[in-house]
Amino acid sequence: MVRNSVGRLIPETFAGKKLIPYSDPWSLQPHAERSTRAIRRITHNGSKLVGGLRDAIIASGLKDGMTISTHHSLRNGDYLLNELVKEIDALGIRDIKIASSSVHIVHAELIPYIRKGTITGFECGVNGLIAEQVSKGELDCPIIVRSHGGRARSLITGEVPVDVAFLAAPYCDEYGNFNGFYGPSACGSLGYALVDAQHAHKVVAVTDNLVPFPAVPVGIPQSVVDFVCQVPRLGDPKKIVSSTTKITTDPIGLQIAKYAAMVIEATGYVKDGFSFQTGTGGISLAVAEHVRNMMRRDKVKGSFGLGGITGYFVDMLEEGLFEALFDVQCFDLKAVQSIGRNQKHVEITAGTYANPFNCGATVNRLDCVILSATETDVNFNVNVNTESMGYLLHNTGGHCDAAAGAKVSIVVCPSIRGRLPMVRDEVTTISTPGETVGVIVTERGIAVNDNLPDLKAELIKRGAPVKDIRQLRDEIQAVTGVPKPIEFEDKVVALIEYRDGSIIDVIRQVKP
Amino acid sequence: MADYKLRRSLLYVPGNMPSMLQNIPLFQCDAVQIDLEDAVPLAEKDAARILVRRFLDNYKNRNKEILVRINGLDTKWALDDLKTVLPAIPDGIRLPKADSPEIVEHLDTMLTEYEEELGLQVGFFKILPSIETAEGVLNAPKTAKASTRLIGLAFGAEDYTATMEINRTKTGEELFNARMNVLWGAKAAGIQAIDSIFADVNDMESLRKETELIKKLGFTGKCMINPRQIDIIHDVFAPKQEEVDYALEVIEAIKRAREMGTGVISLKGKMIDRPVVVRAARVLNTARAHGMVDVVINEEDINGTE
Repeated sequence: MVRNSVGRLIPETFAGKKLIPYSDPWSLQPHAERSTRAIRRITHNGSKLVGGLRDAIIASGLKDGMTISTHHSLRNGDYLLNELVKEIDALGIRDIKIASSSVHIVHAELIPYIRKGTITGFECGVNGLIAEQVSKGELDCPIIVRSHGGRARSLITGEVPVDVAFLAAPYCDEYGNFNGFYGPSACGSLGYALVDAQHAHKVVAVTDNLVPFPAVPVGIPQSVVDFVCQVPRLGDPKKIVSSTTKITTDPIGLQIAKYAAMVIEATGYVKDGFSFQTGTGGISLAVAEHVRNMMRRDKVKGSFGLGGITGYFVDMLEEGLFEALFDVQCFDLKAVQSIGRNQKHVEITAGTYANPFNCGATVNRLDCVILSATETDVNFNVNVNTESMGYLLHNTGGHCDAAAGAKVSIVVCPSIRGRLPMVRDEVTTISTPGETVGVIVTERGIAVNDNLPDLKAELIKRGAPVKDIRQLRDEIQAVTGVPKPIEFEDKVVALIEYRDGSIIDVIRQVKP
Repeated sequence: MADYKLRRSLLYVPGNMPSMLQNIPLFQCDAVQIDLEDAVPLAEKDAARILVRRFLDNYKNRNKEILVRINGLDTKWALDDLKTVLPAIPDGIRLPKADSPEIVEHLDTMLTEYEEELGLQVGFFKILPSIETAEGVLNAPKTAKASTRLIGLAFGAEDYTATMEINRTKTGEELFNARMNVLWGAKAAGIQAIDSIFADVNDMESLRKETELIKKLGFTGKCMINPRQIDIIHDVFAPKQEEVDYALEVIEAIKRAREMGTGVISLKGKMIDRPVVVRAARVLNTARAHGMVDVVINEEDINGTE
């Protein structure tokens, strides 16, 4: 065990891999080449169709011990990963690792196959019941949680060699060109799949919407796709774009949004060239509404909106408030429709979005980002991975990537959830290190990190309710009391990998 | 003597909801009215009363005026309400169904007893009576003068329309006469006039229209049932920059006048005397709450020194 720079005890190895303890957000520098894969020469000009999923698995040469991937933009509507694992199991293949861009609640159907040994590890974040059972020790299956940028990095550097990527292709031709814009399972940007398409050893496009050649615009080209296979349905459209896309009506949420907007205004970045990222969720959208009004009022022409894109950002683009949207995943139908027709709404890869090991990720160009939190602490660390019982329940997403990239990262979080205080002495799990978090906004006040003294002074000047983070903690604890700490076993069941590949925290099995 | 305390926004908070009570310190309304009456179901009257007491005991750094709406004096709960909450020192009592001056006088007497018991100055607890029935409206001018504890008259349109057997509309024509009687009563007694709640929390446009209307008529504040309504109400009550500029000039002018030994002076050809100064003081106090000025207007500025 080694203690990393944020005070967490990290084992030397996990699931057979040697670990690098986290030291800081910036200095880790790899000295290696990018991953490679075998050159192909496909000379036929006919169809790459191999039949159904089972035929595609056989054609791909998938064997015991290999790693597969899928992309997560079908979210909770995804049928593909569950079907895929069923077929792999039926073929008698065992010891498969999953390195998808994210595993969702709907994939709890995989649990029997984990018990059986068909699936023996996750090289990616896992949401929902699988992660909860692993946390409880009911399921033995190592998980390495990676951020969006970190996952792209792990494929690009070859740390995670994906043997076969099975990529849901909502609009696809027989020679393997596809995009995510149209069809019954349209999900918009294929930002995550673009990385797999470039780096997996074999690439299978899986479609429920085979169209005559050529499928244009080409998102992922024929030149990187080995096989095409057909399934009846890739997913349930109602659950593909199901994120919250309404502004909150909760007065507490609205107050948080109002304070967050004060912070954004006080940064002074809301002027021509302004760049901004915010997620879904009622508070984030309420902040976006404030930002839109500010930009209208001051006649600001922003440079770009980034991230998972919502209809809100689409409206701002169409109103001329931004020059472009850079989109790794579409969060709602309006975004899906926009990316299919507007050239200023640009599909970017997860690597371009957030990989720390390239010539500059898009997050580096962000002025402000709004991020959520499950809990925060007096060192500005943020937890988005574990919930109040200590169970792993959520992925990191782009949280630590955008926090590290943006000039000012603003975390919005209600001060109390249920009866629990959300600013604590120490978060249960560090997802994003405090040194990359600029401001924590709660309905009880705004805490500014000491590394932004000018912003703090400006907010005080503007009469914003700025409070020392410890004062904020004390005020909240005066209402809630101090909760009894969660008790953990020594056994490490999952890792929280920082975007650069070092280990910022671990998930230990929760005591029953 | 008119009271200059700002009461633009008075938020009702149900007394039986701990999650809402705990948020009282956070909202930027001028006052809250913690409700033990209509918002609380019969089965929870006792629990709510105790909860409100505990909350007030722990709410030490009070950052807004706290009124408690007790149950009507004709109910079996009113006495227990007072007995339980008054030791936690709210600023005053919102008195429902203040249909006649006698009801206010009755509460006044009880409050005096509690003040003596608690060692407080007589008159410490204020009263904001609800004018919310036809009878209450008719008696409003008398009720307004029933006690020196009164900080204003509050019009309750929901109950009023119920007693009138009519429907409340968003444009409020049916409330016009009642509002005027409440206003005349309050203004004649030199106290504030507070308007009713606006029930549709999703219709911000109609809320704004109604608030503009009641401000024009002479109301100085409005009750609310949702914190989302605060910003719009404050926005409507915010003075315009030119009003603020003029008010500052008036105060300057009257100070000059006093230095010259007179209470009347001409500013840009208009006579400035006490009523004009009082209005300017009100504008500046409101402007201060909106962060538009930082001057503090005191009695001396308005009345001069003896």
